[in-house]
Parts: sequence; C-alpha cells; structure tokens
Amino acid sequence: MPHRIEVGSRVADTRALVRKKHFPQMKDVFLVDVYTIDKEFSGENLKKIGSALANPVTQYFSVDKACKVPSFDWAVEIGFAPGVTDNIGHTTKEIIQDLLKVKFKYQEAVYTSQVRFIKGKLTREQARAIGESLANPLIQRIYVKSAAEYKMEIVVPRVKLAHVPSVELVDLDVSDEELQKIGKAGIANEDGTRRGPLALDLDSMKVIKNYFDKAGRKPTDMELESLAQTWSEHCKHTIFAASMDEIKDGIYQYYIKRATNEVRKKKGKKDFCVSVFKDNSGGIIFDDKWLVTDKVETHNSPSALDPFGGSITGIVGVNRDSIGFGKGAKPIANRYGFCFADPNDEDPIYKGANNTQKMLSPKRIMNGVIDGVNSGGNCSGIPTPQGFMYFDKRYKGKPLVFVGTVGLIPKRVCGGPSWEKEAQPGDKIVVIGGRVGLDGIHGATFSSEAMDSGSPSTAVQIGDPITQKKLSDAIVKEARDMCLYTSITDNGAGGLSCSVAEMAKECGGCFVNLDDVPLKYPGLDPWQIWISESQERMTLAVPPKHLKAFVDLMERRGVETTIIGDFNDSGKCEVIYHGKKIMDIDLGFLHDGLPEKSLTTVYTKVKHAEPTKKAPADLTKVLHDMMARQNTASFDFVSHQFDHVVQAQTIVGPLHGKGRVNGRASVIAPVLSSEKGVVLSQGLNPKYSDIDTYHMAASAIDTAIRNAVSVGADVDNLALLDNFCWCSSDDRERLGQLKEAAKACYEYGTAYETPFVSGKDSMFNDFKGYDSKGNKVLISVPPTLLVSSFGVAPDYKKCVTLDAKFAGDLVYIVGDTADETGGSEYFDYLGFIGNKIPHVDSKKAVKIYRAMREAMKKDLVASCESVSLGGLGVSLARVAIAGQLGLNIDMKMKQSAESALFSESQSRFVVTINPKKKAAFEKSFKGLPVTLVGKVNKDDKFSIKINGKPVVKTDVKTLDKFYRVTFKNY
Amino acid sequence: MNKSSNNKRSSGLPKVIVMTGYGINCEEETKFVFEKAGAIAEIVHVNDLIDGRKKLKDYQIMAFPGGFSYADDTGSGNAYANKMSNNVWDQVSKFVTQDKLVIGICNGCQIIANLGLVPGFDGEYGERLIALKHNTSARYECRWVNLKSTSEKCVWTKGIDVLRCPVSHGEGNFYMEDKVLKKLNKGDQVVFRYVDDKGKPANGKFPINPNGAVEDIAAVCDPTGRVLAIMPHSERNWNFYNQDNWPLVKERAERDGIALPNEGQGMKLFRNAVEYFN
Repeated sequence: MPHRIEVGSRVADTRALVRKKHFPQMKDVFLVDVYTIDKEFSGENLKKIGSALANPVTQYFSVDKACKVPSFDWAVEIGFAPGVTDNIGHTTKEIIQDLLKVKFKYQEAVYTSQVRFIKGKLTREQARAIGESLANPLIQRIYVKSAAEYKMEIVVPRVKLAHVPSVELVDLDVSDEELQKIGKAGIANEDGTRRGPLALDLDSMKVIKNYFDKAGRKPTDMELESLAQTWSEHCKHTIFAASMDEIKDGIYQYYIKRATNEVRKKKGKKDFCVSVFKDNSGGIIFDDKWLVTDKVETHNSPSALDPFGGSITGIVGVNRDSIGFGKGAKPIANRYGFCFADPNDEDPIYKGANNTQKMLSPKRIMNGVIDGVNSGGNCSGIPTPQGFMYFDKRYKGKPLVFVGTVGLIPKRVCGGPSWEKEAQPGDKIVVIGGRVGLDGIHGATFSSEAMDSGSPSTAVQIGDPITQKKLSDAIVKEARDMCLYTSITDNGAGGLSCSVAEMAKECGGCFVNLDDVPLKYPGLDPWQIWISESQERMTLAVPPKHLKAFVDLMERRGVETTIIGDFNDSGKCEVIYHGKKIMDIDLGFLHDGLPEKSLTTVYTKVKHAEPTKKAPADLTKVLHDMMARQNTASFDFVSHQFDHVVQAQTIVGPLHGKGRVNGRASVIAPVLSSEKGVVLSQGLNPKYSDIDTYHMAASAIDTAIRNAVSVGADVDNLALLDNFCWCSSDDRERLGQLKEAAKACYEYGTAYETPFVSGKDSMFNDFKGYDSKGNKVLISVPPTLLVSSFGVAPDYKKCVTLDAKFAGDLVYIVGDTADETGGSEYFDYLGFIGNKIPHVDSKKAVKIYRAMREAMKKDLVASCESVSLGGLGVSLARVAIAGQLGLNIDMKMKQSAESALFSESQSRFVVTINPKKKAAFEKSFKGLPVTLVGKVNKDDKFSIKINGKPVVKTDVKTLDKFYRVTFKNY
Repeated sequence: MNKSSNNKRSSGLPKVIVMTGYGINCEEETKFVFEKAGAIAEIVHVNDLIDGRKKLKDYQIMAFPGGFSYADDTGSGNAYANKMSNNVWDQVSKFVTQDKLVIGICNGCQIIANLGLVPGFDGEYGERLIALKHNTSARYECRWVNLKSTSEKCVWTKGIDVLRCPVSHGEGNFYMEDKVLKKLNKGDQVVFRYVDDKGKPANGKFPINPNGAVEDIAAVCDPTGRVLAIMPHSERNWNFYNQDNWPLVKERAERDGIALPNEGQGMKLFRNAVEYFN
C-alpha cells in the first residue's frame, strides 16, 4: 500500500506568499509538500523518511495523515501527470534508498505534489485560476477542493499502458493519396486514428516504397518511423540542402559552407577553425592547448506548449551538443535569445475550432521559458552571461527560444586530436543517463510541421539537469581522459534512431537489441523506444577491453549505463526485438536515400507607407518612450536570476556599470591560468525582414560582430553561428526571402572574413488556429536570423564596458549616421514600417572594427557602446544610465533631428575617452568617420543638441526610470 | 580546542579535500583558489569517500563547494547532507573536532548547516539549528554584494574588513530561533553581514541584503572559528578582473597613477586558511 508524507512549514514560506501579489483575493496561503511513496514501509521507517525530508528548524511532517494546517477556504493540490518527469520524486527515492539501504523495485517510485491551503473569499473559478496559474494541465494534475470537500487522499500517478507492445507491418501498396496521408498524418492505428506526423512528402514515401518493393517485403512501422526521423527537416535540413532555382547544390552548400571554406583558405596560417559543421558543435582554437566550441539550438514548438519544460529541455539539450563535441567538451557558458509576443496581450488564441485547445498567453510563455532556462542553467553550474529578449506580436503563435552552449576541450585527448572520434567495429553500443519513456515521441518530425491541432502533446518533456550533470561530470571530467571510449554523441531529436545510426556511419554498421533498452514504464512499442526523445542520454562506442572500467566508473558516479548492442561493418542498421529482426536497412539508404528536393522561389518586394504624421515636437518625450520599449528596456530581472558568475571566469558580465545596463556582449576567461578571453555576442533584426531579408541578414551579421568588437573582440579572430527561424517554408515567397538572407550570409561572411562554424534552422514557425472570435488565423513569425559570434580576445585586461566612467571625458560617435529609419524601433513606435532600411558597408566597417581593436589595445577607450535598436538616442542614454553620469551632446547632422537620433545605421559606436588621450585616440581612427560630439557631465543632466539646436533635455534619473519601468514587476 | 593536536601539520602545505558529486559544481574553481593560495587540493567524489577509496584523515582542510547538489530537491543541501551523515559521519565528526579547517560555500554552506557543523555550540556538532530559507524574492539571485567582516575569532577572515563578491543562490536566507541567534552573536560566531557600498548595514533592505537573511547575516562559523559557513562566493572574486566594477576601478587607478591589485579580494580567505598551517 502506498504512503503519503506531508511536510508543512513552521515559518513563513516565501514560495507560497509570492503568489499573493498576483491574486489580491488571497488573504493567506499555506504550502504543504507532499511525497507519495509507492512502496511498502514500516511505520518506524516512514518516520525516519519524514525526518530526512523535513528540516527540523523550519518544518514538520506527518505520515499517512493530513498534517496540521491553519484554517483555509480552498485547497489546491498540484502534482504531475503520469509519465511526466518528477525530479524531486527521483531525488527522494535516492534519499530513501541511501537512508534505509533498500532498493526500489522496477515501477516502485516516489511522486511529489504540493497543496496550497488558501484563506480568502474566492469562487471555485478563482481558486481554479490560481491553480492554473501555477500548473500546466498538459503535464500536471490540478485538484481544487473547498474546505468542506477536502480530505487527504493518496493518489499514485503511475503510468499504466493497457497495451501489449507489438510490431506492425505497414502496407505501402496503396494509392498516392493514402501514401501522402501516411506521410502527413502518420501510420494508421486499428481504430483509424493516426500516430502523428512522419513529415514525409509523397516523393519520399515513393522512394521508401520502392526500396522495400526491391527487398520484397513490407516495412515494419519501426523502419518507417526510423526513416522519417533520419530524413526529417529537423535532422537533414532538407530545405537548405534542396536545389533552389539555379543553385543546384542548395543554399547551405553554396552560401553558408562555401563562405566558410573561402574564408579559411584566405586566412591560411591564421585559420583558427578546427571542426566546422560536422559535429554537434563547431570548434575553434583558443590557444596552443585548448579549443572552444559553440552551438546554438532552438526549442520553439515545445516551448509554446509547455514553456518551462520546453526551454529547460532546450538548454539542457544544447549542453549535450558540447558534451557530444569530439571526445567531449566541458560546457563553460550558456546563452539565450527569446522572441516573444507582447506579454500584455491577453487576447487568447486557440488550436481547435470554437474556442477549444486554448494556447498559453504570451506572458505565461515568457515567464515559463525564463524559469526553464533559469533552472536548467543554474542547476548545471554553467554560467549564462549572454542573451536578449525581443518582442513582436508575430511571435504569439510560436515563441522563438534560442539556447546556446559554449564548450572547452583540450586540443589533444589520449594522444590524439580531441575533435576526432570514430566508433570501431566490435565496439559496444552503450547508452548512459536517463531511461526511455513516451517523452518527445515525434519531436523531430513535429517541429518540422506547422503547429496545428494535430500536434502531439507527447512532444512535451521536462529536462532533469542533475541526471545530466552526473553524466556530464563523469564523461568530460573523468572517462574522457581515461580513454574509455572511441566515440560519443548526443541523444537529441530522433533519440536512438538518430544517434546510433549516426555513429554507425563511422564504422559501417550497427546491431541493436531493443529489449536491453531500459524503460521508465512497460508497454512501449518498439518504434516508440527507438525514436523516443527522453532526455539526458548520450550514446557511446566503448571497446570491449574498456567496458568493465567504464561501467564501473559510471556506477560509482550514479549514472545508469546499458549496453544495447554492437557497432560493426555490416553496412546495415539492424535491430532485433523479442528475438525477431524488426529493422534491417542499408546505412546508405538510411542516410542518403532521401530524394533530392528541388525548390523554386520568388521574392516580391513590397513598398511600405512612410510616416504621414509630422515629426513629434517633443523629442525628449519620444526618447523617454523609446527607453521604455520592450526591445530597448532593461531586462536585468532575467540577468539577475541566471547565474553568470559560476566557474569564476566572468570578465564582462551581462550588466555594465553602476547603472547595471544590459550589455551587448560578454567576455569569459574559461582557462583560469590564462589571460585570454572568449567574447560572446548576438545579432538579430527581424523587423528589417518586412523590407528586405538580404539587408536584414547583413545587419544581423554586422550587429553580432559590432557588439563583440564593442567589448574588445578582434574581428580577425571571430567565428559566427547562424540560426534561421523561418515560416511557411513551403511558400515560394518565403523561400525567396530565405535565399536572399543566405546570400547575404555568404557576401558578408566573406567580406568580414568571419567563418560560420555551426548552425541550425527551424523552417515552420507558423501557428494555424483560431482567434477569440472563432476566425481562422495563421500567425507566422517574421523571417528571423539569429547570428551569434564567439571569438578569442588575446588579453582580457583590455576589455571595455559601455558605462561612461568620469565627468569631463569626451564623447565620440564612430561611424556614419545615414537616414536609415526603415524597420526601426522608432518607426514601429510611430506605427510605420517605412522603406529606408540600414545598408551595411562592410569595407568601411571592417576598418573601423580593426581600428577600435587597436585603440582598446592601447587603453585609449574608457567606454564603448555598440549602437543598435533605437539608434544614437537610445545608445547615448544607455551610456549615461550605465555610468550614472549625465551627457552634454551637440551633433552636426544632415538629416532631421528624429532621424539623427533614431536611425539604425549599422557599424557605429558611442565611445567615451580620457581627455588626455584625445590626440592618440583620433589618430588611431585616422581617415575613418569619428566625431567628437560632447562631454560627460559631473551631474546627471542629459542634453542633446543637433546642429546647435536643443532637442533633448532630461536627466539620468528620469531616463533610468523609463529604462526600467517596462519589466519593473517581473 | 587542543592546539597541540598531532593532527595539525606544524609546517608544509596543507592538503585540501574538495568535495563533489550529485550536482556540486564549483569544485574546480574551489580547487584552483586553494592551490593559488599555496595548498595541495584534490577533488573527491562523495562516493569515493563512502566506499573508502579516500579518507578524511589524510586532509587538513575540508571544502564543500557551491553548486546544486540534488537540484536543491527536498531543500538545498538536504540530500547531500543526508548522504554524508548516513555514511561517513564518524569521519566528519572526528575531522571537525581536530585542529583542522572546514569551509562550506553557498550550497556547501547549506550542506554544513544541515550537517550541523555550524553552529556547533559547545563543541556539539551534528545538531541542525540553522536553516537557509528561500530568498524573500522567492527567486534565484545572482548579484554582487558587499560584506562586512564581524568576527574576531574566525580563522578564515583575519585581516578582512569589507569584501566584495557575488551571491548566487535561491535559498540563502539565514534563519534560526532567537535563542540560537543570541548565542551566535554572543559567541562571536557571525562572520559576515551584508552592507551597502559605504559600509552601512543593509538592515534587510533588498538588494543590499539579497535574500532577507536575519540581521543581514551572510556567513557564520563554529565556536572555534575554524568551520566557516558562507553563502556568498568569495572564490568568484579570486581575480581582480572578475569583479563587476573592475573597468571603472582600472580607469581610476590609471588616472590616479596607482597600481592595480594583483588578485581579487576573495583570495584572502584561502590565503588565511593556508597560513593557519604555517
């Protein structure tokens, strides 16, 4: 019989009280932590367990009876739904096993839940609303009971799959439209329902049909699901690989990869790339002993359904792209980029017709995503020094959740190059980490499909950072340097079906016994086990002679290890289950059988209206409003909850100066004994896509590089990562926009000589559903390209922050300001798009960037701000707020005052310097656009004149207030 | 305390055991700062202590680094403390009663509070009297703070007046019953309190006091001053260039023609610890 231990708090519990500010009707809240133990124990042992769970200083507990609570009106109990990862339950199980030296049998478990006892005059609906504000029905159980109804009950949310696992043969000898249906909606179950998208088009289905016709048999469901995973847009990037108009080898080969190859050739001896585009991350040289790696992923669709689960799974998942680089790189930094809709938008949207399947609100998604990265990053002990938030109403259907991880690995591991790995025939296929459940089934194919009511909620999962932390430490801090394995990769999209098949390429084949894969619960079909995306798993190739040592080490580190088969050179991927062969596919077909797509594109440029209203008279008010815009306002509440100082390597953190202004780039020094730094920055300008995606991409690249340069990066030692998040990529116009953006990546990547070393794309960020009035809506994200930069700063002592340092310092603008307000924050503020989008002059820019680097090397620069969204107006204000010192500015400008203040021309900086260094500073920018525009004040007065005419008059205190008001209550 | 205890090395470099495992994550930088201070430091997984591969008696300093042991599940530091007391309590209790040093930083502070290594009144180690509650903001707080040194007896903080370093925790809110608090104060066992950048007491004001800790307490020690439980991360200011405001300090130093510090303020604690054995 299961038992229930309740733990109450003797002192005020801030976790409970914090909800009060959201629900004024709540007079008081009392929180009880509940542990439901699905295993038999004696009363005496249960007491021992209780004392191990409750802190005697602040808490008390009761066993199998309701613990004493103050009087209440409503009880809201929240627990996980069956099969959802319960991390606390898992820890509690370990505590009990260690305390009583007992083992939990398969399926015996601990489940946690929380009861909030609420005092206050609330209706049932209000009480339920509180519950729903705390829980997500997709993954959690919410019970709302009045004081009269409430009595303690023991609920055991054990997964019960009343289903006998089986392998089906799929008949592909059917009409084209049935083939199409199988590809789109999935294999049919007996009851006619479909299993969920394979995301295979008719051509692919036909190729598969022919393959099995030749083999003279029907495919098993598992073989079909496996091919769908390996061929998915998510894994094979079919659109970037497809021939597009005249570009036969596809835009990835022709634009992205070619740029990198040319740059590397041009750099010759100075080429710092080591591993590009072939591994889980890209790798560059840090110094003669170390490499740094980088990878940025997206986790958009799952984050729309369960923001916390989606983003924690994303961040913990991309950590494995570091652990899975070469022989295993140690994660040393996380970064993030969140694109959300306006959190104040409360107008609901629905996946289903007539107001069914309500989507989460933008605010809920925003808070959940932030919480997820908070928990995932902080628990893993990986600093998060770099990130941004960007808002646009078109992110309402699907948010974009970018998560990246930088890694560190010695150049040589076990006497060989650390970035090379090769599974050998005879090596054992070993899986370490978590167990397999239904989590994330069809994750890969799902994120390749637009989100509609067919989206399976099994795509939702919750990461478990500690299980992964144990695995990560055991690999990158021990097993790697003991030379116990020949190859390693991450279990991400497609689960085992992708990781094992990928590694099988290295040696030429694999043989898997699916019965050996450890399951969370019984009843999974073989195809589900094979493609499940249950998290925190890595697959390794371990030579038999090291097997014992490896397994023994993992056991002593609390990491579950299973041997599921052998790598070989059979040329096939074979899988058996209950003694029967259920998969037998040639590796060649599995990896390269995918039919070549050929796409055609068009790109119709639209002319937008220019602002009709005459310029606002009071530009001081406009500047104040501009500081408070969601895309320019302070988000330090995020920076403060993401640990950015762990690993004791932070040089330039996320917040600059006394005024704690969010910086554009950060610097870490990951090798504690070295004075080299790694610079991290990002660039993203989706609003420019409304005018021209070519210049959008050019600006994103320039922004990423410029931001890095502003803190001390060397433009000649900078690598880039590309993350395309597109929409409706079956639409020729969208593909036309994509092609132009990719072209800009080639042209600017080569012009700046900044190689792309890694990238990822997500092509269908569309939401098909209904608005609150029941009208069909399609919400597509604006074509979005995130460019991330990472590079090595030779001497971190020369790094610079953006805060004005001392009164009397001189203020300069570096770079030219053209009348480029199209797609700007300012035009958006006015309610217009316009047309005059920033154009990047890379020849001039690269000279400026090299000059800036030299000036910083000579300590000539006291502060440096990269001019970005909101133009000079916002940047000057940021410099003042960060330094808590006023500025006195007078600029000579050709264009109108508003254009001068808010034009978003690229390749510009605001710089302050020590007056003593005037001559030297100006000399270092000889022949380049650099203008002295004013002085730093000793008080907090902030004024801007343009051509002698006063246009802005305010003070730092007021600017600071506007800068912080937008996210004040977050 | 019996100073002549033969367990104290009268000379040579002290050996530091830096605990790790189950989500502790600051072990590498903790090892680094002890070595920089001149000690010999070794990272040891708790399971290697439990199965006897390593023995506490071979070390003079025991360090519990920061981290997220067991993800703070069932309360920060609780599960890890349970694991230690269930399996190696004899070694731990022997270690603290000898003339040796113990430090617990952040998660390590939570662990040794749960182990009852502080307050350890009257040399009675093992009783839990201090809890680290959730921050009053009910949110993880990563920010730089100023600490005022307030203990005469603490071995770790000799010669420190104020120290700037970051906090980074979700549960750093020192809590204890009044009589425990009185006894701590009376016994000179409060080591650090949060102050503003002028050195004035925070008086509970956020974010100067980042977690709502009673009497702005940031660190406490045992009655001998050898066992330090500290929430802020002094090791994360080992390098002057780690300090959040270094660009301003550097610029000022250059203009006033004064030299820059050659290391971060946080190193002093670890130098004191090594010094203790010389």
